[in-house]
This record gives sequence, C-alpha cells and structure tokens, in this order.
Amino acid sequence: MAKKTTDKKAGSSKAAVTLPQLGFIGMCRWAWRQLTTMRVALILLLVLAMAAIPGSLLPQRIQDPGRVNTFLESNGAWGQFLDTIQMFDVYSSIWFSSVYLLLMVSLIGCVIPRSAQHWKAMRSAPPKAPKRLGRMPGYETFTSASGSSESREAADQNFLDTAQARLKKLGYRTVRNTDHVAAERGYLRETGNLVFHIALLVATLTMAIGSLFGYEGQRILVEGDTFTNSLVAYDSFDPGTYYDADNLPDFRLKLDDFDATFDDQAPGSQFGQPRTFDAEVTTTADGTSEKHTLRVNEPVRVGGAGVYLTGNGYAPEVTVKDAKGQVVQSGPQVFIPDGGDPGYTSEGVIKVPDSAGAQMGFVGVFLPTATQNENGELVSSFAGPRNPYLVMSGYTGDLGLDDGTPQSVYTIDAENMTEMTDSSGNPLLIQLTEGETQQLPDGGSVTFDGIKRYIAVDISQDPTQGLMLASAIAVLLGLGLSLFIPRRRMWVRIKDGQAEVAALARGEDPMVERATKDLAKNLTEEWANDSEGRAAGHRIAGDRAAGDRAAGETND
Amino acid sequence: MDVNTDLAMWSNQLIISAMIVYAVAMIFYAFDLFGGRELKQTETGAASAAKPSNVRRTNRKTTTALLDPPQTEASTVPTTGSGKDKPRRGARIGTSLLILAGVLHVAAVLTRALSVMRVPWGNMMEYVLTATAITVIVFLIVNVKKDIRYLGTIVAGGVLLCLGLAITVFYTPAAKLMPALDSYWIAIHVPIAILSTALLYISAILAVFQILKAAHENKDPKWLRFMRRMPASIDLERFSYTIAAVGFITWTFTLIAGAIWAEVAWSRYWGWDSKEIWTFVVWVIYAAYLHARATRGWGPTKVAVLNLIGIATVIFNFTVVNMYFNGLHSYSGLS
Ligand code: HEM
Repeated sequence: MAKKTTDKKAGSSKAAVTLPQLGFIGMCRWAWRQLTTMRVALILLLVLAMAAIPGSLLPQRIQDPGRVNTFLESNGAWGQFLDTIQMFDVYSSIWFSSVYLLLMVSLIGCVIPRSAQHWKAMRSAPPKAPKRLGRMPGYETFTSASGSSESREAADQNFLDTAQARLKKLGYRTVRNTDHVAAERGYLRETGNLVFHIALLVATLTMAIGSLFGYEGQRILVEGDTFTNSLVAYDSFDPGTYYDADNLPDFRLKLDDFDATFDDQAPGSQFGQPRTFDAEVTTTADGTSEKHTLRVNEPVRVGGAGVYLTGNGYAPEVTVKDAKGQVVQSGPQVFIPDGGDPGYTSEGVIKVPDSAGAQMGFVGVFLPTATQNENGELVSSFAGPRNPYLVMSGYTGDLGLDDGTPQSVYTIDAENMTEMTDSSGNPLLIQLTEGETQQLPDGGSVTFDGIKRYIAVDISQDPTQGLMLASAIAVLLGLGLSLFIPRRRMWVRIKDGQAEVAALARGEDPMVERATKDLAKNLTEEWANDSEGRAAGHRIAGDRAAGDRAAGETND
Repeated sequence: MDVNTDLAMWSNQLIISAMIVYAVAMIFYAFDLFGGRELKQTETGAASAAKPSNVRRTNRKTTTALLDPPQTEASTVPTTGSGKDKPRRGARIGTSLLILAGVLHVAAVLTRALSVMRVPWGNMMEYVLTATAITVIVFLIVNVKKDIRYLGTIVAGGVLLCLGLAITVFYTPAAKLMPALDSYWIAIHVPIAILSTALLYISAILAVFQILKAAHENKDPKWLRFMRRMPASIDLERFSYTIAAVGFITWTFTLIAGAIWAEVAWSRYWGWDSKEIWTFVVWVIYAAYLHARATRGWGPTKVAVLNLIGIATVIFNFTVVNMYFNGLHSYSGLS
C-alpha cells in the first residue's frame, strides 16, 4: 500500500498525505485527530439521531418488558435476531453507547484545546489592524481633516483618543497602536460555547451516575394501607448498581382516601376522561406526621425520596366462606384496569389457599358501570362506580403456591385446578352487585361487600437531580451566549486626517456593517462638535480621552 | 363539568371564518409571488449589499434591478417597493387579509380557552389551533423588521392546511384537562414548544426558498423564473439560520422543561418514552444543522437539507408519534 501511494503523481497527493506509513502510535494520533474534527462530530451527531430512532419503533425493556415478551413470542426468529442486536435495549446497547461515547470523547478532544486557546485569547490584546482595511466586511472612510498641518499629528491622536473611548464605552477591549485603535468584543460568545459543550458533558455523565446511585420502586396501596419504607414493602424494587439499600430513608406513608372524578358532561371522545385524581396521604418521618394531597403532577417528597402517583384502580372487597361456613378470605382485592379502556374494566383474581376443602381460586372482571352493549355483552361504559358489577369463575384444586416458584398475585395458574360448575354441569358464573352473596356448589359462598380504591405509586431517589438541573441551566445559558453575542473586531485608523473604520465578524454577526456605520457616524459627529468647541471644550475632552487611554493600557 | 358550549361553538365558527380569509390571503400572496414586479435587491437587508461579489446573474433582461446601491440604515424597515416601483399590491392585500384572518384566529383561540377556562393546548386540535396562530403572529412580527412577505403564500397555505386538519382529523370537543396534564408546567413547556415549532417552520420555508434560489442562481431553469424576485440565496440562508438558532434555543428549553415536568409527573426526568426520543432526535438534528454550518465541506444547500430533515422530524414528532406510537404522552384527545 505504501508503494502505491508513493507512486502516485502530484495530482493525487492528497491520498499520500492522509495515508503515510503510520506506526501504531501514528495511527492512534491520526484517529484522534479525525475524531476531534467538526466533520466527524457532525457525522456522529447524525448517527446518534438515527440510532435513537429504533427505540421508539420497538418496545423497550426499560419501559415495558411485558410488551417485549409479547413481541418476542409473536415474531420468532426475527424477534430473536432483533434481541441479539439489542433492539429492545437500545439505550443501553453497545452500539448506541459507542456512538455517544465517541461523541463525548470527540467533545473532550475539542473542548480542551479550545478552552486553552480561549484562555490565551482572553488575556491578549486585540490584534493589530491589517494593512488593507477596505477588504473588511464592514468599512467606512471619511475625512476628519481640520486645522493646520502642524497640529494634524496631534489632531489625529486626539481623534484616536475619542475613538478608543467610544469603543470602550461600547464594551470593546481596546489597544492603542501608533496610527490606529484595535478593538475586540464578544469574548463571551466563545465562553458561552465552551460552557455549553462542557455542560453537555456534565449532563451526560450525571445521567449515567444518577442511574447508578439511585433507586426506583413500585407499590400498590389500597385505601387505609400504610407503607413502611423498606425493601420488603415494595412490590418491585430496582436499585442502581451502587445503591445501598441500607440507606433507604426511614418514613411511612398511609393512604387515607383516594378520590377520582371522570367527565360525565363532555361529548364524544372526551366523555369519561379522567379529570381529577386526588390521593389524601399521611407521611410520617422523624416522628412527625403530615397530611398531603398526592396528585399526578404533585409528588410528595419525604426523607429525600419522591412519591409519585402513577396509577389507580378498584379493589372490590370480597368475602369467601368455605363449606363449613368459615370466613377463609376477606378484604379488598386489587383489580387491574385494562389500560386502553376508558370504562376501567378491570381484571383480578382471588386466591384462597386455606379452606376446609381444596384450595380455591377465582378469576374475574370488575365493571365499575356495567352496561349491556349492542351485542348483549357486559361492558363498563363509565369509569366511575355507577353500577359496579363483579363477574367471576371459580376453580378448586392446587393453586401451586407451595412449590416455592414465585408467581404473580394477579394471575392464577389453573393447570392443576378444576373449574367449578353449577347444578346443571355448566361452568359456574359468579355475578354479583354490591352487597350480594352467591352460594358455591360445595356449600361455601362469595360475597361482594363493597369497593375500595387503590393507588399505584413510584417511590424513587436520584441524588444527582440537582446537578442535572444545574447543567441543564448551564447548557441553556451557554447556548444563548454562544448564539447571540456577536464577536467582532474593529479598527479605527487615521492618517493625515483620513479616517477609516472597519469591522470583522467572528462567527455569525448580522450587525457588523451597522456597527461600522454607527461608529463612523458617531465619530464624525463628535469630530464636528469637537472642532466647533475647539477653543473652549477641546482641552477637557482631550484630557479625558488621555485618561481613558492610560486606563485602557492597564486594564483587561 | 362547566364547559361553556356556546363559546366552544363560537370558536369553531371563528376557525372556519379565519380559514376562508386565509384562503383568500394565500391567493393574493401567490399573485405576488408568481407574478408582479421585481423585488429589489435592497429588500434583502444590508448584510450582502456591500460585498462586491454580490452582483448575481438574474434573468437576462433584469440585471439592473439588482444593482441598487447599498442601503442606508433607514431602509431595513420594510421596503414596499421604493417609490418608483409599482407597489406590491398583491402582497399588501395578502398581508392585510392575513392580519384579519389572524385576528379571527386569535379570537378562536381565546374563545376556546374561555369555554374551558384553561390554556388552549390540552389536545392535538388545540395545539394545532394555537401553533398556527403563533406561526402567523411570528410571521407578522418578523415582517415588521424585515420584508418576508414572499413567504406569505406558504405561511397562509400551511396554516390553512393545518386548520383544516384541526377541525377534521384532530377535532376534539372542548373539555377540561385530564389529571396528567393538569399542572402549571403545561403553561411553560407547551407554549415554548409551540413557539419553537413556529420558528422552525418559518426557518424551513426560508430554507426551501434558499435551495430554489440557489438553483436559480446557478442554472436559472425556466420553472424557477419566479425566484428572480427573491433575495439572494446567501441572505435567505442567513435569515433561515438566525430563525432556526432562536428556534433551537427555545427547543432546548422545551426539552429541559419537559424533563423537569417528567420528573414531577413520572418520577424520572428522562425515560426514553417515544415522545422524549423524538424530541431528542429533533434536538440532535438541529444541533447537527448548526454544526454543519461551521463545518468545511458543507455547502449552504447541503446545510439547508439538514434544516428540512429537522422540520420533518418536528412534524413527525407531532403527528405520527402522537397518534400511533405507544407512550406516556397519550393525550392527543383522539381515540
Ligand atoms: C454532544 C455533542 C455535541 C453537541 C450536541 C453540540 C452542539 C453544538 C451546538 C448546538 C452548537 C451551536 C452553537 C453555535 O453555533 O455557536 C455547537 C457549536 C460548536 N460546536 Fe458543538 N456540539 C457537540 C459536539 C462538538 C464536538 C465534538 C466538537 C468538536 C469537534 C464541537 C465543536 C463545536 C464548535 C467549534 C462550535 C462553534 C461553531 C460555530 O461557531 O457556529 N462540538 N455545538
């Protein structure tokens, strides 16, 4: 390969330059230089955007592992393939991570030298005027000649004094040279840009760290329940890698009451939509109790953790008696609403492991407002409890609770059970309105006593949220500075009464010509005033300008 | 649940009226765009006028139109054809009608808001209704500083199309908010998102004109003859960029405010919900757009294409993601 490239003629010398014989170190250096170019950063940004997309098209484990499993079951080998290439864990996948890590590295490689450069630039004087100012994007020239030729030199210097004072007032850093003033403004633009990029780095790191040191857990609470913050009290618990569960904040949370309202006025698709979810809770921490109203957008913060209202539903209170008439099960049973149904049709089970006979299980549906639809089916037409109805089937046999395999509290594995039947041998259908009791074939009974509501809460702790907020604000401020502070160099030169004003934008600056004109106009006017008031005011003005000049040389 | 149905009905009537006026405004603007007089180079603002390279080839007969001397400051105020020229009557009438339609439109937004006594962006229909109103307002405000009436056809046309969708596909009866939206963050996060969308939309139209103008400058095909009245493509590019830059900042704010709201509502500030994903994608594309501008080897047309990809993701985020993707942001109001 080396031969090939060296053989090439001058016309293709580009290839020879980019691919000389590189050692390992050379290769690394080359790769680093490539990685830190804007061009590669740009490509990485575009790749990052594309890499983020699949996560919105396919179900993701971080959101809904259940949907991932359903997808896998119904898609066979294709699903397996997608899983192998981490399409269900996009945001922790190797390929997504490598894109943003490369971008981070590129960013570091870009920010460090630029910071150093900017540091130097901020401490050095604005550069001298180039020879031909007429080429600058902003340029004005005018004659300020007046007075006799022997005083011209002095008049020129005077003019420059005025110009320098003026520029300084406009926020420029200035330096005085023999025949011109050089000025620069807008250092904050680059500062802002660096702040922006650094804050982005910090934000990304913070995001990574936050998930390592925080935790998130879920819990369902029926009205009247009290939650004591400890590992066993969670229905599910998801700690970050370095989260120390011994540090769980010590608090208790009691759900006193939950109230939901649904729209019964609006027409069309808005009918039945939820309007308020208000959970009255009592928190106890450090021996003091407080009452709060927990709402969807109003979490309760206690002991460094946040408690968030994420769901709600009905828990019908059901009493089951066995053949001997003993109460073997009693109390609210959590039924889970079908997410898509505005009528809150909810599914649930009742497990009765201890009874005189075999174990019993009930599987059923709860309808808050039972109505017959046009096909004669029972559906729930409204989410509020207007005509609550409980429909269940019963099973007897082995619930499978004793073999130690964990099972969901919301499903029953009916494999080793037989369905209860009525007197004519058909599957038994238990249908109850509030307060009703139905006899079971073996002599027991099921009673629908009443309804309680429950809420689902997320409880989580993320110690890095404050830092994240700070970096987000820095991102925004940095961006604002970097996009809207014009960075501009200006020069005012005078030779034998012929004045030139020129400006050069560094970066986007639509005002560069306007600024040149304004300054030129201003200086002409001042010159005119100055000439008129020469006899009286001149000395004073000159002295002031000279004083400014002295200050200008020492400050910055 | 105390919804004032009379006001809601009035709002619908006002939308229809506004649509009619928008349609007529669009026609007048189109006359201005495709027929009518030369647009003077002076209307492109001061930025390019001083550069000697600025003399561009135009239609053979009309080269002189571009050779006006650089403007003084005063003329950055809208130049409605400076004196001698025929006034752009089509554009004038178009703008007057656009203002009228805008008034009806704002009235529609206000009556809708009053009918439910809350912010008028609780579902997709209201979002579109308000976003289009803001787009028209932004367009009119920008016009005070700089004559961009040549965009009028597309602004009026786009608004018309969106309103048409709002009262059909997206139509949602007036109602109260659902608890997930009932937060003061809706008054912060959403209007800024709307403003961003309006800005990015206007920036994208400018990018389209920039691409067409560049083609006109290079090859001058017949079908692009109407572009001869446009400002130079570099001016369109610069203006498109400035608006996109503002839009990028407001979008950044939208994203951050959204994350704060997400923490309050869902216990985490970022969870790769489908709406979050697409907001992120939009943000990264516009970041790439800003970068591309400063990257050697990326010409203005290529950069403008990134801008258009950007607006495509914005629109996708609003339509497809809202209506078809699973996620926590399921408050389109449609079912
Ligand atoms: C996470 C990745 C990055 C993001 C999201 C990002 C975003 C941005 C944004 C939005 C701007 C616009 C501000 C402006 O125009 O002044 C910008 C400017 C800039 N970025 Fe980045 N950037 C990233 C990575 C990088 C990297 C890796 C480099 C270096 C290779 C870089 C170099 C620059 C430079 C030089 C500018 C100034 C361009 C100009 O003057 O317009 N950025 N960046």
